[in-house]
Amino acid sequence: MISFTLFNYWAVIVLMMVGFYALISRDNLVKKLIGLNIFQTSVIMMYVSFGKISGGTAPILIESGGHGGDGHGVQVAGDAAHAIRDSAEILYSNPIPHVLMLTAIVVGVATLALGLSLVVRINEAYGTIEEDEITRKDNAA
Amino acid sequence: MTESMVQIVDVVLLVLLAITGIAVIRTRNLFVAVMLAGIYSLISAGLFVVMDAVDVAFTEAAVGAGISTVLLLCTLALVGYKESKPQHTTILPLFIVIVTGGVLVYGTAEIPPFGEPDNPAHQNVAAHYIHDSGDEIGHIPNVVTSVLASYRGYDTMGETAVIFTAMVGVLLLLSRGSLPKRVYHAGHWHKVKRGMTREDLIAEMEDEEAHDSTVVGGEGEEDG
Repeated sequence: MISFTLFNYWAVIVLMMVGFYALISRDNLVKKLIGLNIFQTSVIMMYVSFGKISGGTAPILIESGGHGGDGHGVQVAGDAAHAIRDSAEILYSNPIPHVLMLTAIVVGVATLALGLSLVVRINEAYGTIEEDEITRKDNAA
Repeated sequence: MTESMVQIVDVVLLVLLAITGIAVIRTRNLFVAVMLAGIYSLISAGLFVVMDAVDVAFTEAAVGAGISTVLLLCTLALVGYKESKPQHTTILPLFIVIVTGGVLVYGTAEIPPFGEPDNPAHQNVAAHYIHDSGDEIGHIPNVVTSVLASYRGYDTMGETAVIFTAMVGVLLLLSRGSLPKRVYHAGHWHKVKRGMTREDLIAEMEDEEAHDSTVVGGEGEEDG
């Protein structure tokens, strides 16, 4: 198999360029926004790739044993936390990129909503969402 | 699941993503493009699961594949789903994209290898979160939740401010009361006068259209 050390980053760059191409080469404003979304998703993939550890697991602390008794569930959970701190063999992926990218996804959908409402208004005023036609009509004025 | 299987799934999903992305660019039907964008989001959610980012995965599946698709479909209902053929050449954008991609690939030479536990990103505060969040925050097993809501709570607060701003913008743009300053219709611009309602504007445009059709060969479009 090909060397895997950097493959993920290269594939993500390819996806990023696909989105970038849609953004700069298409005239349709909705298509541009879809391209922007693809670009954004690829940036998220890049960050999540930075956080991945080979052989690691999702950053959700594994409680050894599990708590059956509801009376001292808190006690059991506390013990479990100590057990996790002491046992170094469980490998967790890095949670920080995940947190940052959760924020990025939500902000991304907010910008998409704003962009789409601009598209709706542009369509109302110009009767088209093709950028070259919009420029032509602007020059005709 | 062994590590090589994870890598195979990873590669397959990335190839599927590339195919979907190129299909989005090539299609001329915006409805198809929106659906493919939804598929793209869902596949990327699968990729996030493979890379251990389960929280990112379900947010992407709900927000990226769900809400974004609904927003795009609502827009298509208002603006139509036909995309016209691009008038200009696509060689320059292709050139820019290839050069930018080449520079970025060149930049990856400095990135630490994928998946190594010794990478600098995993050393300082990340290790602290994983080891101590169980004790410090209280019995929350999900470290992402602890970091999102407690250690980096200000980030989340700023995020809500951004969403609020975007919401205000969307409401201002889409509120039915305000009209654009001018509207392009039947070959020329109509000024929207103060106090004009939407119905007045439509009536005026129809009047003018009727007037134009009587005066045949009047002012067409001069500069193309």
